Amino acid sequence: MALATTSLDTDSRRVSGRNWWLPASIVLLIGAFVLGACIGPAGRISSANWHLIWSVRMPRVALAALVGAMLSIAGASYQGAFRNPLADPYLLGVASGAGLGATIVFVIGRANTNGWLIDPLPLAAFVGGLIAVMFTYMVGAAFGASSSSRSSITLVLAGVAVTSLATAIQTFVLYQNNDVIREVYSWILGRLNTATWQDVRLVAPYIVISSIVLLLHRRQLDLLRVGDDEAASLGMQVGRVRLIVVIAATLGTAAAVSVSGLIGFVGIVVPHAVRMMAGASYKRLLPLTVVLGATFLILTDIPGRVLTHGAETPIGVVTAFFGAPFFIVVLMNKRLAP
Amino acid sequence: MSSVALSRLSVRYGKRTVVHEYTETIKPGDWLCLIGPNGAGKSSILRAVAGLAAHTGEINVDGSPLRLRTSRRRAELVAYVPQSPVLPHEMLAFEYVLLGRNPYVSYFGGESAHDRAMVHNVLRRLDLDQFADRELGSLSGGEQQRLVIARALAQEAPILLLDEPTSALDIGHQQQALELVDRLRRENGLTVISAMHDLTLAGLYADRLALLHEGHLVVAGTAAQVLRAETLAEFYGVSVTVHHEPDGTVVVVPRRVS
Repeated sequence: MALATTSLDTDSRRVSGRNWWLPASIVLLIGAFVLGACIGPAGRISSANWHLIWSVRMPRVALAALVGAMLSIAGASYQGAFRNPLADPYLLGVASGAGLGATIVFVIGRANTNGWLIDPLPLAAFVGGLIAVMFTYMVGAAFGASSSSRSSITLVLAGVAVTSLATAIQTFVLYQNNDVIREVYSWILGRLNTATWQDVRLVAPYIVISSIVLLLHRRQLDLLRVGDDEAASLGMQVGRVRLIVVIAATLGTAAAVSVSGLIGFVGIVVPHAVRMMAGASYKRLLPLTVVLGATFLILTDIPGRVLTHGAETPIGVVTAFFGAPFFIVVLMNKRLAP
Repeated sequence: MSSVALSRLSVRYGKRTVVHEYTETIKPGDWLCLIGPNGAGKSSILRAVAGLAAHTGEINVDGSPLRLRTSRRRAELVAYVPQSPVLPHEMLAFEYVLLGRNPYVSYFGGESAHDRAMVHNVLRRLDLDQFADRELGSLSGGEQQRLVIARALAQEAPILLLDEPTSALDIGHQQQALELVDRLRRENGLTVISAMHDLTLAGLYADRLALLHEGHLVVAGTAAQVLRAETLAEFYGVSVTVHHEPDGTVVVVPRRVS
């Protein structure tokens, strides 16, 4: 009986010791919101230009929060679904596949698709991203030795190949259709800096739905950490769970990409930073990546506004600046398991 | 307690048949040990029962076919300890054993207080409660092996499958692990099917041995019936002496050929 009390005590202490992470990160997120609303090239805001805050900075901050949350939870979910610490929406080729899908819609012509019931742009980005990630996974699974560090790297290399292929097709298509190059490139570069509430309304449903689906699978992702066979022997339908998680993560990523453009490394940096701080259990990891991913992108969006005068530094440059070195750290650290 | 009946069980990988129409009945609470050289099909039989390998033929538990059950219902009946379990280094021992409760947790649900209490109980019975908050990577091989058995036990399945449970352990921990399985088998009334390489240990703990060779059953029976020098020479290509101790233990000792 004495033993029972001790172990229950240690259990509750461990849980409470890690429970303050979520409230703390929510406070951080609120702080980032305030900061994001107050800092900009127009200088400090007085009460007179409340309009500027509401219609220029707030949608930008809200969009950065949505995109950051989505890219982070998608990264963490891909890492869990593929049991690969290097999985990231960009490295898996999702972004380039989505870009190719969007390019095809632009070639068909936005004027022609205007009358369609549903805007085909996010849908095409989603289909392109999904095809790319499935392709990457099949190539990676076919040539990677199972459950080794080699297979992690094979998956990333497969992603590089798929990215190159999608980019090549995209370049070819653009070469044949010069007239849409400007449209396509402004889509690829993203429009975080010109964000409107309209953009927020366009992507929010996709991002909210896929994030909820992923959050609901956090216990399944923990189960997947012991591998396909053991998860199956514990009663999980591995193939189905993996498919649902990958579709949800890809849908959300495609939506995020369609407004934010190329922002790399968020899906690597945020989940691994959270693992280092709060442990690797997906039950804690996924909610925290949502909150801290939103915080991260709001904050990394700020330097770009004030560092350079005139033209803004694209946010992808800022995240890559922090993300690339971090990625190398992840690559070297063998203990960082998905 | 549950009985397991395998009837004309065959397992194919592509065009290669690795198990040929294997038929065997394991009585409730019995321990069957599959022996045989590498590639004999031992692991494939265990994987078929665990639902991890496509197969033909019937696997019946207490008379009802396993294939009619969902994966979750099957996991309530059969717990599987693989030869080299995946042990995520940063997973806490408590979280790891809690995974065994998956068959009882709804898809979107979380583990109940009963599930957590059950895991604490299992950890205490296996003398592992002091490791509950430790990461798997910080534990020794013997402790990790006990945690894998603890997870299988948390599954509360009446049938336990062990694939080479002692292959990574030293002789002391081998004995400790098998004694533990034997104790749990008696206390919980588990039916055990294992695959093992150490013939002496297999004969020591199992009620019945089945010798397989290239997917075919060669001979099944008690240790004294199966572990004969001529049989082992023929199917393992090994030169051994077989001793029979006064207490009935059969000891297989390798002999130098030259």
